[in-house]
Amino acid sequence: MSMTEQEILAGLGEIIDEVAGVPADQVTPEKTFVDDLDIDSLSMVEIAVAAQDKFGVEIPDDQLKDLKTVQDVVDYVRRASVSA
Amino acid sequence: MGTDRTEVVVTGLGAITPLGADVTSTWDGLLAGRSGVRKLTDDWASELPARIAAWAAVDPATLLDRVQARRLDRCEQFAIIAAREAWAHAGAPEVDPERLGVVVSSGIGGVASTLAAYDTLREKGWQRLSPFTVPMLMPNGSAGWISIELGAQAGVHTTVSACSSGAEAIGYGMDMIRSGRADIVLAGGTEAAIIELNIAAFAAMRALSTRNDEPERASRPFDKGRDGFVLGEGAGMVVLESAEHAARRGATVHAVAAGVGYSADAHHIAQPEPDGSGAILAIRRVLADAGVAADQVVHVNAHATSTPAGDEVEARAIATALGPAVSGVVLSATKSMTGHLLGGAGAVESVAAILALRERVAPPTINLDDPADDIGVDIATEPRELRPRGKAPMAVLNNSFGFGGSNVALAFTAA
Repeated sequence: MSMTEQEILAGLGEIIDEVAGVPADQVTPEKTFVDDLDIDSLSMVEIAVAAQDKFGVEIPDDQLKDLKTVQDVVDYVRRASVSA
Repeated sequence: MGTDRTEVVVTGLGAITPLGADVTSTWDGLLAGRSGVRKLTDDWASELPARIAAWAAVDPATLLDRVQARRLDRCEQFAIIAAREAWAHAGAPEVDPERLGVVVSSGIGGVASTLAAYDTLREKGWQRLSPFTVPMLMPNGSAGWISIELGAQAGVHTTVSACSSGAEAIGYGMDMIRSGRADIVLAGGTEAAIIELNIAAFAAMRALSTRNDEPERASRPFDKGRDGFVLGEGAGMVVLESAEHAARRGATVHAVAAGVGYSADAHHIAQPEPDGSGAILAIRRVLADAGVAADQVVHVNAHATSTPAGDEVEARAIATALGPAVSGVVLSATKSMTGHLLGGAGAVESVAAILALRERVAPPTINLDDPADDIGVDIATEPRELRPRGKAPMAVLNNSFGFGGSNVALAFTAA
């Protein structure tokens, strides 16, 4: 079952709020995790773990390091969930 | 006391205990003789021989930022809460970061997080483990988080010695200041170990009270009917500061942290030496280190956990170490109310001893209905006024003993 971009963005917003305390309304597509949202590498791992639970999509470490913006994660989850 | 040695004073106190979420409510509970022990109603406790414990009065996660709370083991949550209180109580001093140290210990560390992580590992695989698992289970996690929060760069230490961990942390903190490594040290101990494995493991040692139908009466140090300790949880913290630094900033001094005495039983991994020689040595050493005469001591907060073996050995050790002067000393066993906070015990009881000194009142020992015979010490069963015994400042002691044979005695004198 594929999710819309809006659904993924909303789900990601919930995860980031839970993991890092960043309000969901600040989690907009163009934001970078490190510079804009102040999310460190351990928290990125937490987000990846939570994304696996929420979206059923595994994000391997070698992919995770390339996901710099919120849009990057949304795109990755969309592609992976379509192919799954 | 040697005139050339750096004097250390206490300028801040913090606590979260079964009696209250801060120092004031804990102290009020102690003076009121209130028990923090309750029945364990969780399903996991139903098959255990001991089904009582003393939880913290408030869930620590509710006192912290949500995101921070989920990255901390419960023992780290207690530690941060008590540390913040102590730091604020000290007036949030301005200090050179390289002259500010942290010594915070735990007997067991993040054992609940360890077990939860193991369940996740078995059920879902390693990929689902929180990346904060290691910082949650490591015993020095609390010290690390506190040093980050305060920006303390003089050193971050964790002195692990089972049930004397908290007292040892305070002793180590005093030594950091005396040796010139720091001007201020935040020191204390924390524990959050009321879980199935710990209760089962202590029960396997036959160390716990099984007075399950009378939780408030289960912890009864020095009483003939005592049958073991009651597991408690929480944290205690003190801000230690060189007297010179405290005077320079006009800080309120609650007590002088006058000395520490260490010894090892070298006898048995979990039982006290029957003649108490290890405890006697620690008490004699703390008097020597503090430059305190036995007849200055007005009060001892005893380790007294309510186990059949330990309490009488300690009472005899105190009587022997203090000699005839013990007749003017009032003992309190505050574990009768808080239960046994393991690595947090020595720190919470130091806070209690310092308050007893400052407020000139020894808290009661509850449940002492039928004292053990020939105990040789005067145990307060009601709040008791403390008065100087001569011209020298009043002194109080806090004993803490840990599995592994560790003995730590701390001395505080009137400011």
